[in-house]
Amino acid sequence: MNHNRPETSRRETAEPKLRSGASTAGITANDRLRGWLLHHREMAAEAWRRFMAAPLSSAMTSLVIAIALALPAALYVGLANFQQAVAGWDGQPQISVFMDKRARPQALQQFAGKLEADPLVAEVQEVTPEQALAEFEAQSGFGDVLDGLQENPLPTVFLLRPASANQAELETLAQRLRDSALTDSVVLDVAWVQRLAQLTALAQRLLLGFAALLAVGVVLVVVNTIRLHIESRRDEILVVKLVGATNAFVRRPFLYSGFWYGLTGGLVAWGLVMLGLALLSGPAQDLAQSYQSSFELRGMGVTTMLLLVGGAAILGLLGAWVAVMRHISGIEPR
Amino acid sequence: MIKFDNVTKRYETGQDALARVSLEIGRGELVFLTGHSGAGKSTLLKLLTAIEKPTRGQIIVGGQNLGRLSRGQVPYFRRNIGIVFQNHQLLFDRSVFDNVALPLQVAGYAPRDVARRVRAALDKVGLLSKERQNPIALSGGEQQRVGIARAVVNKPSLLVADEPTGNLDPELSAEVMGLFRQFNAVGVTVLVASHDLELIRRMQQRVLALQAGQLIYDGVPAHEPQPA
Ligand SMILES: Nc1ncnc2c1ncn2[C@@H]1O[C@H](COP(=O)(O)OP(=O)(O)O)[C@@H](O)[C@H]1O
Ligand SMILES: [Mg+2]
Repeated sequence: MNHNRPETSRRETAEPKLRSGASTAGITANDRLRGWLLHHREMAAEAWRRFMAAPLSSAMTSLVIAIALALPAALYVGLANFQQAVAGWDGQPQISVFMDKRARPQALQQFAGKLEADPLVAEVQEVTPEQALAEFEAQSGFGDVLDGLQENPLPTVFLLRPASANQAELETLAQRLRDSALTDSVVLDVAWVQRLAQLTALAQRLLLGFAALLAVGVVLVVVNTIRLHIESRRDEILVVKLVGATNAFVRRPFLYSGFWYGLTGGLVAWGLVMLGLALLSGPAQDLAQSYQSSFELRGMGVTTMLLLVGGAAILGLLGAWVAVMRHISGIEPR
Repeated sequence: MIKFDNVTKRYETGQDALARVSLEIGRGELVFLTGHSGAGKSTLLKLLTAIEKPTRGQIIVGGQNLGRLSRGQVPYFRRNIGIVFQNHQLLFDRSVFDNVALPLQVAGYAPRDVARRVRAALDKVGLLSKERQNPIALSGGEQQRVGIARAVVNKPSLLVADEPTGNLDPELSAEVMGLFRQFNAVGVTVLVASHDLELIRRMQQRVLALQAGQLIYDGVPAHEPQPA
């Protein structure tokens, strides 16, 4: 990787033998370093000028990169939002105990007392049929229909917060509750919490694979674009090699081109994700409101944005590197 | 300065472009290399500039054994040789100035030194007034002189030219040859390949003649043409 090192080291070996001495004032190491830095700056600027000189084809390449990166980035943001949304449900298991409609109030009272005394139960919340009905009416808007009913069809429900999250203990507790003659059904809300965590992990894994695949695609797009650049500047490469250009010198402008493709692609990808978020934030808020949630669609943090744009620039550089390594050393004066 | 010891170059086609050539050129000499088309002149210059590798034999340039030169060392070696080759012409996407500046940028000179040296080189070939022009707007003779300016801008100790007067009329050819004489006068070793025997004879310099890859003549021709 000697491309980022001043081209001075080997010079000493070849030069003194040929130089006749006093006639040529050699250049100092300091001069060379400055010349090298200057060349980097010039090549970066020149690569940018070339990028802008063919705006349409450059834009196409950048857009391809942008789309390839925007997809996983959008999924990532979506997943982060999803996790954010479900974070409110703290994942603590809950047991809903639906009581038999025919159970007498005293029996229910006794049952509630037993539950409170149970060491496996941390908290008991009773939802009376009246409460449940009121809530249902408020949320569903079916109040009129329910008014027509002779009696409240809803049972009493006890919402239990178990003292432990231990799977076996929870099952024991649920089974004991089911066995009681007073209960109609018992729902242990632990499975979906687990399933949610598993699904999230799976989505993350898929996203990672997807992103890796698309990153390879980005690199290949840049490799091909830079290969075309190299072909179109063949004559120039031959001439500079003839006047003593090292491979590192010849590579430099192409590496910068790749860097610019990646960087602009990354920026456009970021823009696409932001645009998508802007379009979705309204509907997402409505949806959240209908769930009485304070959830708000979150954008991309600065770190993620820098990661996206910087990563894109690195992928561009990588693609250019592959292209120059494969194609430049083969172009030699004949 | 230059030493060929029993050098043979066989191309992949099986063609022996040079066969057991031995020669020596001292520091500060001006030498012409002649021979019919296909005699091996270009091949000899390509071996000298490490563009091609010899099949057999040893080449030493400026104390450097080219057989021991690694790929990575070749660029640094070339920076000490001014090369005027017909098929490696000027770049038409940049000015005369930028064309001549290439060897200096490659070697990492500071911009102020680049400008000073480029102007000095263009002044020597009489093209200082055209530095901002695109070389495509210049005449054939002027383009050749830009190529020479590019070859000498780095003040090489050795200058090699392959058919530098190939497409030029006699007057312009004489002018270009005059330039080589000037560079030689300030101590540069110059080797010029040309099949223009008439012109070479008038120069009254040492001549190496090749025929079918073999060195058949080495000396200063008399007033009469001296074919072998
Ligand atoms: N790259 C090459 N591959 C195969 N044969 C070549 C190559 N270059 C030159 N030759 C052959 O080598 C011989 C010498 O060529 P060259 O050195 O170009 O002669 P000159 O410059 O004197 O005209 C010719 O017969 C030519 O066909
Ligand atoms: Mg030739």
